[in-house]
Amino acid sequence: MAAHLSYGRVNLNVLREAVRRELREFLDKCAGSKAIVWDEYLTGPFGLIAQYSLLKEHEVEKMFTLKGNRLPAADVKNIIFFVRPRLELMDIIAENVLSEDRRGPTRDFHILFVPRRSLLCEQRLKDLGVLGSFIHREEYSLDLIPFDGDLLSMESEGAFKECYLEGDQTSLYHAAKGLMTLQALYGTIPQIFGKGECARQVANMMIRMKREFTGSQNSIFPVFDNLLLLDRNVDLLTPLATQLTYEGLIDEIYGIQNSYVKLPPEKFAPKKQGDGGKDLPTEAKKLQLNSAEELYAEIRDKNFNAVGSVLSKKAKIISAAFEERHNAKTVGEIKQFVSQLPHMQAARGSLANHTSIAELIKDVTTSEDFFDKLTVEQEFMSGIDTDKTYGYEHILTLHNLEKAGLLKPQTGGRNNYPTIRKTLRLWMDDVNEQNPTDISYVYSGYAPLSVRLAQLLSRPGWRSIEEVLRILPGPHFEERQPLPTGLQKKRQPGENRVTLIFFLGGVTFAEIAALRFLSQLEDGGTEYVIATTKLMNGTSWIEALMEKPF
Amino acid sequence: MNRTKGDEEEYWNSSKFKAFTFDDEDDELSQLKESKRAVNSLRDFVDDDDDDDLERVSWSGEAVGSISWSIRETAGNSGSTHEGREQLKSRNSFSSYAQLPKPTSTYSLSSFFRGRTRPGSFQSLSDALSDTPAKSYAPELGRPKGEYRDYSNDWSPSDTVRRLRKGKVCSLERFRSLQDKLQLLEEAVSMHDGNVITAVLIFLKRTLSKDILFRELEVRQVALRHLIHFLKEIGDQKLLLDLFRFLDRTEELALSHYREHLNIQDPDKRKEFLKTCVGLPFSAEDSAHIQDHYTLLERQIIIEANDRHLESAGQTEIFRKHPRKASILNMPLVTTLFYSCFYHYTEAEGTFSSPVNLKKTFKIPDKQYVLTALAARAKLRAWNDVDALFTTKNWLGYTKKRAPIGFHRVVEILHKNNAPVQILQEYVNLVEDVDTKLNLATKFKCHDVVIDTYRDLKDRQQLLAYRSKVDKGSAEEEKIDALLSSSQIRWKN
Repeated sequence: MAAHLSYGRVNLNVLREAVRRELREFLDKCAGSKAIVWDEYLTGPFGLIAQYSLLKEHEVEKMFTLKGNRLPAADVKNIIFFVRPRLELMDIIAENVLSEDRRGPTRDFHILFVPRRSLLCEQRLKDLGVLGSFIHREEYSLDLIPFDGDLLSMESEGAFKECYLEGDQTSLYHAAKGLMTLQALYGTIPQIFGKGECARQVANMMIRMKREFTGSQNSIFPVFDNLLLLDRNVDLLTPLATQLTYEGLIDEIYGIQNSYVKLPPEKFAPKKQGDGGKDLPTEAKKLQLNSAEELYAEIRDKNFNAVGSVLSKKAKIISAAFEERHNAKTVGEIKQFVSQLPHMQAARGSLANHTSIAELIKDVTTSEDFFDKLTVEQEFMSGIDTDKTYGYEHILTLHNLEKAGLLKPQTGGRNNYPTIRKTLRLWMDDVNEQNPTDISYVYSGYAPLSVRLAQLLSRPGWRSIEEVLRILPGPHFEERQPLPTGLQKKRQPGENRVTLIFFLGGVTFAEIAALRFLSQLEDGGTEYVIATTKLMNGTSWIEALMEKPF
Repeated sequence: MNRTKGDEEEYWNSSKFKAFTFDDEDDELSQLKESKRAVNSLRDFVDDDDDDDLERVSWSGEAVGSISWSIRETAGNSGSTHEGREQLKSRNSFSSYAQLPKPTSTYSLSSFFRGRTRPGSFQSLSDALSDTPAKSYAPELGRPKGEYRDYSNDWSPSDTVRRLRKGKVCSLERFRSLQDKLQLLEEAVSMHDGNVITAVLIFLKRTLSKDILFRELEVRQVALRHLIHFLKEIGDQKLLLDLFRFLDRTEELALSHYREHLNIQDPDKRKEFLKTCVGLPFSAEDSAHIQDHYTLLERQIIIEANDRHLESAGQTEIFRKHPRKASILNMPLVTTLFYSCFYHYTEAEGTFSSPVNLKKTFKIPDKQYVLTALAARAKLRAWNDVDALFTTKNWLGYTKKRAPIGFHRVVEILHKNNAPVQILQEYVNLVEDVDTKLNLATKFKCHDVVIDTYRDLKDRQQLLAYRSKVDKGSAEEEKIDALLSSSQIRWKN
């Protein structure tokens, strides 16, 4: 179990369990002892679904990373390749299989494509003469991976580039498939809203897929009240801004991958007495970041300027709790203290880690470079002109950015940004970073357009901003998926709606923080579950759009 | 596994490789647990059960039982000799992200094509398919042992596409007429599944003449985009250029050709290649940029050869004092300008490496030039050059100080380069806006400027307040006292 996935309004452990079940079923098809050969990239996402213990229960005895030449020796009956459907990986697999054939005792080979089988990869295996060696060739449709109690991601890095630059909508097809899986588990979503070309496509695909599954009625009581599909290209501005929440800054500075972050180890040196600090660790410190950690859940979405005070308050509480031991006199009191000790020590460890991380971040945010960069950004967003220069080496990248809509030559035409900024109140001069009253706290002034659209949809509805919606790219629409009367929900007074918001093309941690802020508002009326093709930040996004040598 | 305990310890102490087995009775695990306790008492509450909601954390912080951890773990079991371990170590260094090609996407089909072209391997997938004309099914799949193969000749285009989507075996060869083929394509496109669309496109590419294929795709934009993407991914540059030519997309044709320079490492060859790009039908703006790109690389090659020679000869002071950290080849224009302001500042305009020549050739704006030159000269602490940069003479011969970037920026750049207070002061004084000037002077401790400004403002209170900020008994304090007791000034407060 991953308990933190069930903390939210929607129990995402149901989804995790479903994909785990599918994995177990596949493993059991290959009877006997097994070795798994991993496409390295997949270990991160798989780590969110299953630990080694699960695989071990199903007779997985060895695991290797996929690499050329011979497989390492393993005394097992089955060898299973877990791979993305990519041609260059097929070449490596073929090498492995062919060298194994020469080695002697025959093994059973299997291949599991994630998230789906590919005709072309199988063709490649055939051309290399090994296709017949595989007994099971299957697909494991890991479309949406639960990251946290309210967060799902497809972790598809190229989705934005493919959709908006290359015109390849395959990742939208997978998004639609992922949504169908969610509906199979959590019931049909009665209302679908959307803004943008890709949103329209995904809605169309969903409706079409539903028509194709005419056989069985979904009899699950719907958990989600509505779905909001948002194109990233409706709001290309937000990901470019430096995220100023705690989690956002960790991502901006160190990069969070599959909920893990690697940090410089110096600040995490174990404090041992008499050590003299001679053995400083040289390997990066790797930490998992999710809401399973109480303290992290509390501070992750705060503006960084509000984190310090929380940490120092916690430190006082924990010290006081440890001091309690002097008051414990009777055996019963001591016993009670001891029983709380594990929890207290966990809290202290967590506090020590986050204090170190906050120190690392502070070193960056107080630097002049950071300040200068932020100033330019904020001038941009509040509408002050700034100029920038680039080198010739970026001509091709600039073309990509222009094609994706990130750059526009200002040729006479009207600049709509001031209108959008004013109507949607994207720039707030008074920001309360400590006790925020508006989503603009996540960027210390700028309110993310994407989240503002979600907020306005929930109240008072998009009809109030028709004019702005027309200025933003792509159509906006509403679809209904009729439910049988037995499944129609009667909301209790005061009960919040649950909206699944799907960012096609990526979402940032600051946007997620802003949505969580809205979910927590007492009179907000809506709680959000967030899904996306990729968790990203400005840097990883632009890097994906850059032209590199073949 | 008959190593002695000593060996074991030596291994743990000498290796970064932290494998240990899953067997709970094994010494290694308990040993590690012990050290873990000692090292970090904060974490000793973690219990020992294998349940994964409490993730155990190993030294490096990686979750014990996580998949990447277990790969190292179980791989570690198989090596028993020290050399074996060493091999494993090198294999497992592989496990930290770098090796496998960075995925453009886990999902979309187009990303499958980034196959390596190796000698002996197919140039592209389409070649692979067309090289084997005997194939009757495309893409034909061998039958997995024991899998029932339901194959029929009667699938309609929409059935065929649906079956392809599910990864089932399906013949495309039976679609012989152009009309059937196009219907197949349209079915695939309407499903939005790139896997199937590309499979159909490859079939069409193999069975239709280029002209017909291009003509039909011209009116089917979605399929066309998939083909372009596919050709880009597999690097079939020739067909891609043919396609752009057919579609009369001259600018894309030019850009696509230009893109190839990224793959040319050798600077001279790259330069020659860029020369072939000049004059291609780019947009007007890009044409100028590409001409400049060529000229810049040409310059850099000359400068690089010359400076490498000077540096190795060891006769030139600037190169001896400040050895070059990297070659200037393929650097951006602004970097090149900085480099030339650093190493070639005083050269006459006629040389390729002189800053003025670069400024003229590439029409570098004044602001950009001044910013770059200032940064370079300040780094060398060449204050006279800095002074000259902002001195202008009018036709009567009077000199005047002028900074296109504003003197407040000048002060900040000088401060970043650790300019002494006397120098900073001079430029703080030139800041026109009084508030900005006071801010900067206070921030950088230019006491004289602060004092004189308050005097000019006749602000006695502020001057009095500032007195507490200067050192006791210093010249500044004396100066303030003299001003405060002066009867010449009519204070405003």
